[in-house]
Amino acid sequence: MLISKDDRLIFEKSSAGRTGAGLPTAFIAAKNPFKTLNPKFRRKEDAQFPEVAEPEIIRHYVNLSRKNFSIDTHFYPLGSCTMKYNPKLNEWAAAQEGFSQVHPHQPESTIQGYMHILYELEQFLKTMTGMDHFTLQPAAGAHGELTGMMLIHAYHHSRGDTKRRKVLVPDSSHGTNPATAALLGYEVVTLKSNARGRVDLAELKSHLDETSACLMLTNPNTMGLFESDILEITKAVHQAGALLYYDGANLNALLGIARPGDMGFDIVHLNLHKTFSTPHGGGGPGAGPVGVKAYLLPFLPHPLVEKTGSAYRWAAESKQSVGRVKSFFGNAGMLLRAYTYIVTLGIDGIKKISEDAVINANYLKEKLKDVLPVAVDEVCMHEFVLTLKAAKAKGIHSGDVGKRLLDYGYHAPTVHFPLVVDEALMIEPTESESRETLDLFIAALRQIAREIEESPELVLGAPWTMPIGRPDEVKAARNPILTYRDVVREREKNAKEPVASKP
Amino acid sequence: MHYQPLTAQDKESMLHEIGASSFNDLLKGIPASLLNPTLTLPPALSEIEIQALLRNLGGRNKNVGNTASFLGGGSYEHFIPTAVSSITGRHEFYTAYTPYQPEAAQGTLQAIFEFQSLVAELMGLDVSNASHYDGSTSLAEAALLALRHTGRSKILVSEAVNPHYRQVLKTYLQGTSFTLEEFRFDAEGGFNRDAFFNKLNDDIAGVIFQTPNFFGVLEDLEGISDAVHAVGALLILNVYPTSLGALRTPGEWGADVAVGEGQPLGIPVQFGGPYLGLFATTRALVRRVPGRLAGLTEDKDGKRAFCLTLQAREQHIRREKAASNICTNQALCALAAGVYMSLMGKQGIKKVAELCMDRAHYLREKIAGLKGCRVALETPIFNEFVVHASQPFEVIEKKCIEKNIFPGIGLGKFYPGRENDFLVCATETKTREQLDLFVEVLSQC
Repeated sequence: MLISKDDRLIFEKSSAGRTGAGLPTAFIAAKNPFKTLNPKFRRKEDAQFPEVAEPEIIRHYVNLSRKNFSIDTHFYPLGSCTMKYNPKLNEWAAAQEGFSQVHPHQPESTIQGYMHILYELEQFLKTMTGMDHFTLQPAAGAHGELTGMMLIHAYHHSRGDTKRRKVLVPDSSHGTNPATAALLGYEVVTLKSNARGRVDLAELKSHLDETSACLMLTNPNTMGLFESDILEITKAVHQAGALLYYDGANLNALLGIARPGDMGFDIVHLNLHKTFSTPHGGGGPGAGPVGVKAYLLPFLPHPLVEKTGSAYRWAAESKQSVGRVKSFFGNAGMLLRAYTYIVTLGIDGIKKISEDAVINANYLKEKLKDVLPVAVDEVCMHEFVLTLKAAKAKGIHSGDVGKRLLDYGYHAPTVHFPLVVDEALMIEPTESESRETLDLFIAALRQIAREIEESPELVLGAPWTMPIGRPDEVKAARNPILTYRDVVREREKNAKEPVASKP
Repeated sequence: MHYQPLTAQDKESMLHEIGASSFNDLLKGIPASLLNPTLTLPPALSEIEIQALLRNLGGRNKNVGNTASFLGGGSYEHFIPTAVSSITGRHEFYTAYTPYQPEAAQGTLQAIFEFQSLVAELMGLDVSNASHYDGSTSLAEAALLALRHTGRSKILVSEAVNPHYRQVLKTYLQGTSFTLEEFRFDAEGGFNRDAFFNKLNDDIAGVIFQTPNFFGVLEDLEGISDAVHAVGALLILNVYPTSLGALRTPGEWGADVAVGEGQPLGIPVQFGGPYLGLFATTRALVRRVPGRLAGLTEDKDGKRAFCLTLQAREQHIRREKAASNICTNQALCALAAGVYMSLMGKQGIKKVAELCMDRAHYLREKIAGLKGCRVALETPIFNEFVVHASQPFEVIEKKCIEKNIFPGIGLGKFYPGRENDFLVCATETKTREQLDLFVEVLSQC
């Protein structure tokens, strides 16, 4: 048995008196300051932490890790998530004491090495995106979006232009776009895509006026299609006095090919955990630097690094800055990993990223289009969308195919997204995968397409080989059990429930 | 390039299968004026060269490992058992995606569930989410929750809350119709009760305290939750998780929401990030929690199973109607904290808190005996305290750094006029030799 059947929580492995950590002794045991502290400041009941020795804790977590798919064990064709290889050298770098043990309150003179890295990374990101300045502070893509929307708000208001209350987003956009705009109190206007899965210029123009704050756009969009009217789009938006926000989730398609800055975007956020190889960590931490055109520099969050001669210092704070979006300087450990990645690849390796990612995606699309229809059958960039609408009559949805792929050893593609495609399967192979892996994946999807015809129950009931079958999500939401205390209470409640006596 | 497996031959044959004669054929949809931008990037380096480069750059930073550091102020040097990084370094954890496919992510989901359980225990509250970016953004999210929940428009915050956190709050609220009002603290750093009660009224959505506060002082919050609830507001506490091994919990103070920086729970100081935003609340507010939640359920065979739950709050379902725009959390940092708390266990977490108090009190008493330094010995503290020096902190800092000591954080940059005051922190990591050396160096300043 490779995967442990033990499904106990760490709390259920506890035995009084055990510990997993060795700690030093007190220096002033004679007058323990805790004992002399006014009792009102002390906790009344100890935290009910588990009591487990180190070997059992290690076994617990190692066994948990084996219940996960990961990029180092499986192919993840997860559209818009850019699940590329996370180089081990990056992890080595982040673990060096000269970086991991640097305290963020240290004075400038003692952090010149780290400031050099932040400064250089900013230069790299600028040249790759065509933007003039970057803040490295945002902790994730959605945090970058929030920062970007704050910049847009601050810019319009600085000009006394307070009527701009609308944010335009295409119907194919990521969910974070409208959620972020709403967080700042903007009214969200959703634009219908055209038949080619792109922004409809006429529709866009019909919504642009003096109340428009910005258009948020991903390019290539979530269909994996380059917005071929991009120059007309940016022109129209600027003519209306609105700004252009670039959601950098799909930048992996464009490195060395085209730059959002040249397209006319005013603000760009990047997801370093996508394009620049920092690990996803099972859902974070990420990093979401935000780039801007020169005229927006005064509004950027602080602190910003500047170079004077060969030394680095924190730039003086601009009065117009939107302020601080996070304590300290951002997810520095992630910035260091991205820096390491870029200096490893160098200019040729960076260009090869997007070239290979685009070739891999088009190859997959070409080989799969007789298996399942492509939503918009054109040359794609780094990803594409298949539709499973034909199988709907059999009661099979794109999510079911995703589950069945798990049985074949592949992570599910992004399913039921983008919302503009009925029964979408969004596939992004990245440049990390070899042709052989893609061929095996194609064979698996071909086999599943056959199963849909011949034995749909195999797909409907999938997965069959994972540590669990499909969890009952309705039950989880109806009666949320979110902690071990909830587990105990539930168990006690069930034990107390009267058992009906036999007639 | 060794991260990119496609060879020139692979590409040629793949392009042929695609029906393209060259790679440029695939770019026809892109306006020609945009193609082939000039990038200013260095040439590739080998791994040998990069290791040398990074060793050199790392060597240009001092760090808390090769000095004696008394820095705190929102980032704390604590003992991290080796077992923590051996688990977070498991590829199955750190190279996994967000657990949207629960069947293929039970490891991450169970670890998050256990993290939530441990944080709720520590905070003395009912529920915890799967984490936020850091303590400051957790606090901002808590303020937004209070504003939404009460339908009111004002947040009242103590000036003794970490200045960075108040800056982030201000950033999050700017451009909205919401306002932020601050109330004062007294000379020795506890909040001023009169100033607070004068400003408390029924326009207030949420009241924010930090304990121990930015000056290290344990706030006496007796009676505060009743007063806050009496005007219909929520009480939000920003706490230092390590202290809660021994000190009164947000739950025991009657808080509705507790937030905090989770970095002290097994995460290195790493130049300020990635860190871990803790966020805990009561069952009554669970459906307003921003960010992810892992829940326990069953699969179709009745087997124990974990999944993300109450997702109807989240952006990928609700889009502009979501409770927040959060997509990622800090899962790997939450894993580190979960492993750390499990290793410490019931006894260890209490002992670490007591050891912090031990080191800080030992140091405070010694510094109190120095000429030119004044400390308030009667003020209740955890592991940080303010030293009032008779000369500017800058001078002290310079002399200490020459001796490889980081003496603490100057308060002048956060509170103008306090250029002679500094904040000193001593955690369980400090040895008696380091503490005594620091006192000796201070005595010569």
